[in-house]
Amino acid sequence: MDLVLKNVSHRYGDLAVLKDVDLTVPEGKIVCLVGPSGCGKSTLLRLMGGLEQPFSGDVSQVGDAPAGCLNPLTYVFQDFALLPWRTVEGNISLVLEDHYLGEGAAREIISDVLARTKLSEFRHALPKQLSGGMKQRVAIARALAVNPAVLLLDEPLSALDSQTRELLMDDLVSLWSRQRFTGVYVTHNLQEAVRLGHVIAVLSRRPGRIRQLVELDTPLDERRPDDPELQRQQRALWEAMREEAEAADMELADV
Amino acid sequence: MSEPKPVRFRGGGFAPVSVKWVGPVVFVVLIALIEIGTRTGFITPLTLPRPSDVFATFVELWSTGALWQHLLPSLTRLLVGSALGAVTGVAIGIAIGLFSHARAGLVPLVAALFPVPKIALLPLFVIWFGIDEGSKYALIALGTFTPTVVATYGAVDNVDRSLIRMGQSFDLTWRSIVWKIVLPGAMPGILSGLRISLAIGIILLVAAEMLGAEYGIGAYILQAGSLYDLERLFAGVVILSVLGVAVSAGIGALERRVLRWRV
Repeated sequence: MDLVLKNVSHRYGDLAVLKDVDLTVPEGKIVCLVGPSGCGKSTLLRLMGGLEQPFSGDVSQVGDAPAGCLNPLTYVFQDFALLPWRTVEGNISLVLEDHYLGEGAAREIISDVLARTKLSEFRHALPKQLSGGMKQRVAIARALAVNPAVLLLDEPLSALDSQTRELLMDDLVSLWSRQRFTGVYVTHNLQEAVRLGHVIAVLSRRPGRIRQLVELDTPLDERRPDDPELQRQQRALWEAMREEAEAADMELADV
Repeated sequence: MSEPKPVRFRGGGFAPVSVKWVGPVVFVVLIALIEIGTRTGFITPLTLPRPSDVFATFVELWSTGALWQHLLPSLTRLLVGSALGAVTGVAIGIAIGLFSHARAGLVPLVAALFPVPKIALLPLFVIWFGIDEGSKYALIALGTFTPTVVATYGAVDNVDRSLIRMGQSFDLTWRSIVWKIVLPGAMPGILSGLRISLAIGIILLVAAEMLGAEYGIGAYILQAGSLYDLERLFAGVVILSVLGVAVSAGIGALERRVLRWRV
């Protein structure tokens, strides 16, 4: 299933945050949205999954969701959004309970996603017992449990330290390689973008519009952090963003 | 080069640790002082009764069965009244927290009810609900209702909105969001509101029993007071204190059970 945005503009009161965004997220690819802080990339992601309504323009799903998909557009949040009173297992079962799958089927899905995210031993742990990286893995497992057509990741690694981030990036790559999912990945970290993106969309500062679309051809599982080609791409992206980021930084926040 | 000076420790403090033995020791020392004071005649028997006499009265209460005769009706009133008040209070509080119209309509009403001394309404309740148990239940229920409502809608307002957005992003039903996200998220606030509500419940219980009851701790204290029987009066007060401590400990145990997930 593709996700297509046409002429999407958004504003909060008088403040225009997004202007005429056209973007296609093709099936089986990961599109990274990068841009200076406050450029509306997280807003764009919320529009894509229907958590907010665009002021004008259309967001549409083209094609059918995969068989057994319970929630086509599924988010992974920066702050994990795990229920602290439920165990790892309980947090995953939360999103299955309303579908009345029957206990056996639900347990099977939970075991499967826990195995895929290497969390099987931590089934009965509470979120407070887990490290940040583990919490985000639980959130990813929860997202995988509903078998999404498009995974919407909102700065999923930004709350983690750099070592954990590195480990989780590898995990995401291996998850994608084993079972290709369609993803939109919002980040301000260009290193993450060049590691995980098939397409990188660079947004301008507010009001955000797409300034540049960069396609990276190296297969995800062949990308190494020290790959000179990737480093070149990352530098080029930074050059493109630098002025915008500087200007955005100097703006007075009058929101 | 001057002498190396050790760095002075400036941190620490401001972090209460549990020191279990101090509480009982304070009680014991205070009671021992009163006992010594009354025995030496430093404190006249008209001011304070001797703690050992109070204890003897208590033992007598126990052995004659009069204790349960007074305690059981009191406990029933407290239980029924505060259960009514707390359950409706939590329900109305959640409604206020969830629906803008309920909030607009009910918050001023609750604000108007809250400062009214509920004891002043007892005569009215006697007319409405009868002289016996009905009016007492109503009084305790109303007294526990208002603080529970305020605590509950405050707690619902404080539930992490990002968790609710998460629920919506997974297409959870409205019912699931309320039962599985809002209610457990509001539970810490609801329980700490319950602590206050139940203390108010005990105060109102005694007040109601003083104004018209044959049996009950309040009636017992009132009788003792009008006969100037200080030993019995103090025995009644001690029972109330113990009741307060027991309720507080009960909620503490409930919190530890229900809120095990808290950091």
